Amino acid sequence: MKNIKLFIPFAIFVGLALFLLKGLDRDPNALPSALIGEPVPAFSLPDLHVPGALVSEDIFKGHVSLLNVWATWCPSCRVEHPFLVALAENEAVRIIGMDYKDEDEPARRWLQTLGNPYAVTFTDQEGKLGLDLGVFGAPETYLIDSQGVIRAKHVGVVDERVWQKLGSLYRQLLAETPVE
Amino acid sequence: MLKQLIKAFFILNLIVASTALWAVIEIAPLSNETLEGRYRELIEELRCPKCQNQNLADSDSPIAADLREQVRVLLEEGKSDEEIVAYLVHRYGDFVRYRPAVQKTTMVLWFAPALFLLCALVVIVVVVKTYRRPKILQGELSELEQNRLEALMSAKESGKTTSDKEDRP
Repeated sequence: MKNIKLFIPFAIFVGLALFLLKGLDRDPNALPSALIGEPVPAFSLPDLHVPGALVSEDIFKGHVSLLNVWATWCPSCRVEHPFLVALAENEAVRIIGMDYKDEDEPARRWLQTLGNPYAVTFTDQEGKLGLDLGVFGAPETYLIDSQGVIRAKHVGVVDERVWQKLGSLYRQLLAETPVE
Repeated sequence: MLKQLIKAFFILNLIVASTALWAVIEIAPLSNETLEGRYRELIEELRCPKCQNQNLADSDSPIAADLREQVRVLLEEGKSDEEIVAYLVHRYGDFVRYRPAVQKTTMVLWFAPALFLLCALVVIVVVVKTYRRPKILQGELSELEQNRLEALMSAKESGKTTSDKEDRP
């Protein structure tokens, strides 16, 4: 019976090892989003395609949408772009684009040459809305329900793998939303 | 010789002090010195969300510059330090604090070191006590043991006397 004491360090080691093992699978860059469950912050920003027109948070009311933060200076956005185009075409996902800290002319050119997956694109040149959303780099994608409440956030490229999770949540929200 | 040493010492001091200048270059100081001081403290304590092992003061990333600017604006607006931290936490999560708040999720973080220290102290006390305690036999001797003890004692005594005799020439 006395020998059981000898196993205490071993037990501690096993406990610690299991704890640390769990940590190995976690993405050190993943941050919990602070804004999940909260409405999109109020904003009023210019439309990229319609001169003089302003887009506000009301754009999210009544539809389940994705808000995609992108920019022409962002290489990962170029990687992500074809997938967004496919989403808009094949699944008819409503994607709102936020051109983040970018210039209008190159942005328009980008959409012309690479295809435009966005129902509406607005520009946040100063990063004001970006700051309110807690954006810390592009691309970032938010899933927003028909009440304009943020339901999920993904930092980084949205691809097949990410869409498996985000997409099922999207379809779930879509099913909950009454058809107008 | 001494003069040279003093000279070298001063140069060394200048080099060491100059590292402070490598920090981010600011556009303009805040409107008064207390604000400037608070600003310095805040950006030291807030973490850059993009470059996760740097604070806002050290980071050169655009987002850190934006957040520094925002901290400035909020300070000039007369916001308190707590309000500014809350503003950033609301947007970027608890992650931006290098000194996390004491709450449910950070209990382990705050109190585990104290707990470990306590455990270590308990172990030390127990170990020291067990080694120091003289090994006293507990309770009475059984009849068998008592007999054996007496036999040994008498054998020793008689042995001593006999050996004394034998040893003497």
